[in-house]
Parts: sequence; C-alpha cells; structure tokens
Amino acid sequence: MKFKDYYRVLGIASEANADEIKSAYRKLARTHHPDVSKAADAQQRFSEVGEAYEALSDPKKRAAYDDLRRAGFREGQEMDAPPPGSASGGFGGYGRRSANGASGAGSAGGAGGDGGYTEMDPGDFSDFFQSLFGGAAGGGGGGAGRRGGGTRRSAFHERGEDVHHALAISVLEAYRGGERQIQMQVPEVDAHGQVVPKVRTLTVKIPAGVTHGEKIRLRGQGMPGSSPENAGDLYLEILLDPHPLFHVDGRDVRIELPVAPWEAVLGASVRAPTLGGVVNVTIPAGTRAGDKLRLRGLGLPGKQPGDQIVAVVIAVPATASEPAKELYRQLAKESAFDPREQHGV
Amino acid sequence: MSDADQVFSGEIVSDGRTYTLREVCVIIGEHTELVVEMVSYGVIDARGARPDAWAFDERALHRTKKALRLRRDLGIEWAGLALALDLLDEVERLRARIAALSRGG
Repeated sequence: MKFKDYYRVLGIASEANADEIKSAYRKLARTHHPDVSKAADAQQRFSEVGEAYEALSDPKKRAAYDDLRRAGFREGQEMDAPPPGSASGGFGGYGRRSANGASGAGSAGGAGGDGGYTEMDPGDFSDFFQSLFGGAAGGGGGGAGRRGGGTRRSAFHERGEDVHHALAISVLEAYRGGERQIQMQVPEVDAHGQVVPKVRTLTVKIPAGVTHGEKIRLRGQGMPGSSPENAGDLYLEILLDPHPLFHVDGRDVRIELPVAPWEAVLGASVRAPTLGGVVNVTIPAGTRAGDKLRLRGLGLPGKQPGDQIVAVVIAVPATASEPAKELYRQLAKESAFDPREQHGV
Repeated sequence: MSDADQVFSGEIVSDGRTYTLREVCVIIGEHTELVVEMVSYGVIDARGARPDAWAFDERALHRTKKALRLRRDLGIEWAGLALALDLLDEVERLRARIAALSRGG
C-alpha cells in the first residue's frame, strides 16, 4: 500500500483552507465526472478526487493525514516501511495489510462523512484511505482485505455500469443494415492492480431498418460486473447522418421530386429514387406543387415498414427555346388560371 | 478470438417502449414530485399533457439517471442541469459527427 498525496490530487498547497479545498474539489469533480468526461480513466480520477476531498474536508481526518505527511511520507512511498528519518517505526500500524485475496467483507462501514457533497461509496476508496480512516481494511479484524479481481467497483456493485455511445450511420446503412466496427475506451485492471485505459474494438451488427434516435442494446458489453454475467449493457444510440435526398422521419422517408409543369398537369409516369433503388411513380393528372404521394412500404424496413413520401415540386426549365416560349404564350392566352387569387391582388 | 472478429448483434430497444411517471419513479427510486420538477425545468422531456398521462422514452429515462448523478455529485441545480445535459448531448452528437467525417462518411 502506497502513500497518496491528497494535496497533489486536488492540486492545492498543504496549507490550503477549507474553501480552497472545496473549490478545488468542485472543479475537478466537474472535469472528471464520468457523465461529463469521456476519458477512459474518468471513473478512477473521479474516485481519486472524491477520496482526497473526503480526507481533507473533514478536519479530524485531515489532521491525522497531515501527521503522516509531517512524519515524512510522500507520494508513492510504501507504507509498510517506517517513514524516512523516523527511527521509531511507530506508523507500522498503518501498514497492516490483509493480503488474503478474499473479496468478501463488503460493508465498508464508517466513512460516509458528513453526508455532504459526494455520496461516493467509501468502498471505492483506496486501501490507503481505508486503513487510515477506517472502513473494511482498518478495523483490525482479519480477512477484511479487498483485493478481488475486476475493477474496484465490482466488489461492491454487483452489476457493471451500462455504457452509452452515439453511433453515426448513413441513411443507406440504416436501410440495408450491416456491420460496423466501433472503438471504445474501457478501463482495465492490469497485473499490478492499476486501472489503465484500453481501446476495445467491437464489430457490431446494425439491424436493417434502425432509425434515428433508436438504441441498440448489446447485452453484457458494458462495464464488467462482479461476474461476467453481471456485466453492464452497451447501448448504441443511432444518429443518422443527414442525406441530401432522403430525409428520415421515424421509419418514413421523405423526398422532394421535381416534375415538369406539363407532367403535373397531364399526369405522367416518372422515375423516382428510393432507398431500395429506382421505381416508377405515377404522377396523377392535376397534381399540384406540394402534393404528397405515399409509396407504401418503401421507407425503412421493420416490423412495420415505413413509407416513402414523395413531395411534388414543380420545376420550371431554366431557359426556354423560342418554340417553347411560343407555346407558353399560347397557354397564357388560353388560360384563365390566376395563381394569386387568394392573395387579393 | 478478439472482439473485433466476433460480430455482436443487439436488439433495438427504443422501438416505441415508453415508461409512465410511476414506472420512472420506481426505476430511479425517487418521488413523483422530483420527476415533475425535472420535467418542469426541462431536464427531461415527457410526452403527454398531464403527469398521469406522461410517457417517457428510453432516452428520457437515461437522461433522468444521468441528471440525478450529476446533481448528487456536482451539486448542479435543475436549470443548470437542463443546460448541461443539452450541451453534453450536443458534444456527443458533434463527436459522432467528427468520427463519421474522419471515416470519410
């Protein structure tokens, strides 16, 4: 068990007052909170900061800790040895480590502090903290050590945390389904009991027809639990990249389809893109701009497949040939149509 | 066999599944007043006009849990939480977008 420099953890001087301690803690807790930080070691850093605050914010605990520092202990020093320059070795008591690997004795009594800022499980705190301020390892009773496998949390929380990730996919991927490799950082406990970030690559099957905002749950792929079957779940929230043509709304897909004025007036069979390929769409005679045609079942697949909704846009040629202009002039002469009738002009 | 060789299949979970106010309270272990307050501050969204007709989707439930953790650990009040969660969502969306772009997607 190594000495921990709580002042260094909080980035404050050893003579810092209570306000400085609180302020440093708040800032670091915000930075390293696992819901805020995406760093793989966020949970570990957050626990470390919470532990330091727990020790330094309580005047009694701080005094006991300061005594140790004054005795010469510094960051990383083995606590089993007497402090340098101390002939007495009188701190041996702090070094009592129950090395039997049992993960039992879960209840880390005491601690809990003043019910103040954090409600961190004292069981998450280091052996150093426990032996200094009580809790499982310091009680003097044998066999209270907590050196089981897995992460620190696992001995106390049966089920691993669920992990949530956003996964951006294209509209076509959502339609076809497929596989996607995702990388995520996960904390792992190495041979020395240190939590180290590790990149894990998973190949995930994307079900055809998944749509924006839906989540794919991968059971057991979240944080490890106290046993493999207690691992948390991994949730992938699907975010659809915007597509220039296909706009997805639930499982329906909307497109705008330009038609020529004569196609709209006379009716026509025109080709239209869908996610599954090109189809022929009948434009009924008398179709107006903004009219919508519903192509059943041509949206995203699923138990209830979506539709493709085609919004008709009347497109006018950018330039017209002289014969075309002549035809328009005839049309203008013939037609009694007043498109601005509703506008009162 | 590494994780990358194995193909993981999941299930779609937010396919219309919603929770009532009562169910949310049971899941998070809090009183209805607290959830009502969260909705009124816009920390979470509920569909439906009145509390007894509210429906919360999977996303709202996840957000509720996250909000409670942040409130407990960082002492953020409701209005600040609503803002923080919106910004965190936005950051996540942007990160996903950057990841998509750097794939050339």
